[in-house]
Amino acid sequence: MVQTTITVTVDGTSYTDQVEPRMLLVQYLRETLGKTGTLIGCDTSNCGACTVHLDGVSVKSCTMFAVQADGHEVTTIEGIAGADGLHPMQTAFHENHALQCGFCTPGMIMASIDLLRENPNPDEQMIRDGLEGNLCRCTGYQNIVKAVRSAAETEAAKVELGATIPVGQPS
Amino acid sequence: MIPVAFDYSAPTTLDEALTLLADAGEDGKILAGGQSLIPVLKLRLAAPHAVIDLGRIDALRGIREDGDHVVIGAMTQHHDVATHPLVAEHANLIARATQTVADPQIRHRGTFGGALVHADPAGDLPAAALAMDAVFHIVGPGGERTVAAADFFVDLFTTAVGDNEILTEVRMPKKTAWVSDYQKFTRVAQQWSIVGVAATLRIENGRIAEARIALTNMGSVPIRVQAVEQALIGCAIEEDAIARATASVADGTNPPSDLNGDPDYRRHLATVLTRRAVLNAA
Repeated sequence: MVQTTITVTVDGTSYTDQVEPRMLLVQYLRETLGKTGTLIGCDTSNCGACTVHLDGVSVKSCTMFAVQADGHEVTTIEGIAGADGLHPMQTAFHENHALQCGFCTPGMIMASIDLLRENPNPDEQMIRDGLEGNLCRCTGYQNIVKAVRSAAETEAAKVELGATIPVGQPS
Repeated sequence: MIPVAFDYSAPTTLDEALTLLADAGEDGKILAGGQSLIPVLKLRLAAPHAVIDLGRIDALRGIREDGDHVVIGAMTQHHDVATHPLVAEHANLIARATQTVADPQIRHRGTFGGALVHADPAGDLPAAALAMDAVFHIVGPGGERTVAAADFFVDLFTTAVGDNEILTEVRMPKKTAWVSDYQKFTRVAQQWSIVGVAATLRIENGRIAEARIALTNMGSVPIRVQAVEQALIGCAIEEDAIARATASVADGTNPPSDLNGDPDYRRHLATVLTRRAVLNAA
């Protein structure tokens, strides 16, 4: 089978691999790179469990070929925590009990981060609309929406706090 | 689910893409954003020998104005169409309809031209393009030709774009200061339209001066309803008058029957949604 060489940056590390053109991005992440944090749910682009960021915007990695990511940057759920701990969205999900079985969680968190990037202060309806592409079959939406709202408030509070600190002072 | 193996190419120019497409013959398939094609390949409903990815041809992407037209490149992603200031100002019906397509992740990948060439009868953009009097620019081995929206949608999943041709851009006469709405009826999130109605209006002194109405999923291709457009002219923005003017919108239509509803149900929906779309737009 003809293979194509791709170079993709995933979670900050550059990888060069030979892939079949028909290999899906989610397969590449899970099977070639071993990044099994990104899940395959419906495999038909409905459920959003496979959501990752491509150059910073949310996409469904089951509905994209790995070759299409050649030269691009992919961020998965495994790449969002910093050296000092969880990503604020992960913390918000944790604190608000925004997961039951947890299967939809990686995709929900990746979609939620992108949602706040586009709209840092969404109301409840905007959050529900923004997460339209992600299904939670435990139907735990209430706490997921609460978590996203809480992450938005935490970020807003930080920005406000930052603005009141005079330049040159330690924060 | 894994597609059947195929040869893949990602040309960076339109000429290169046309050559690859000609070389592939009947077995070639254009990949735009892939949000319809990739599921089809994964389900093995199609098994092209060669897939030609237009994703690296920058010239096919972007939104610009050209005199009294707005031009949208075929490979422009839905998200960019839905949020672009030129579209909001001069083609707000397109923005409205695009905002309802699928979900945010799919709108980041799916393209304007891809959705139009796919021509799913339940897709939202064909009716909007029809109502906007869009003109389609198609390039093939013989050069460029243009096709009006009324002639572009031929049948289910079939457009005027030939096997060896590529849609490059869609031009729409500016409808600046027109007001619009796209009403889409679905039972659950991210479902295809059971019925959709695209409406755009020019209002003068509190009355409708011009109207464009087109229907989604009321037949195998989008339907423009000129009788209702005419009936709306001079209409006050008032529910009873608009209900009377739009009552006949489903006359003569032959909508599909499926688990979501039979033809009578769809005709009823079309009537209700047209009234709502006109009232909401105004």
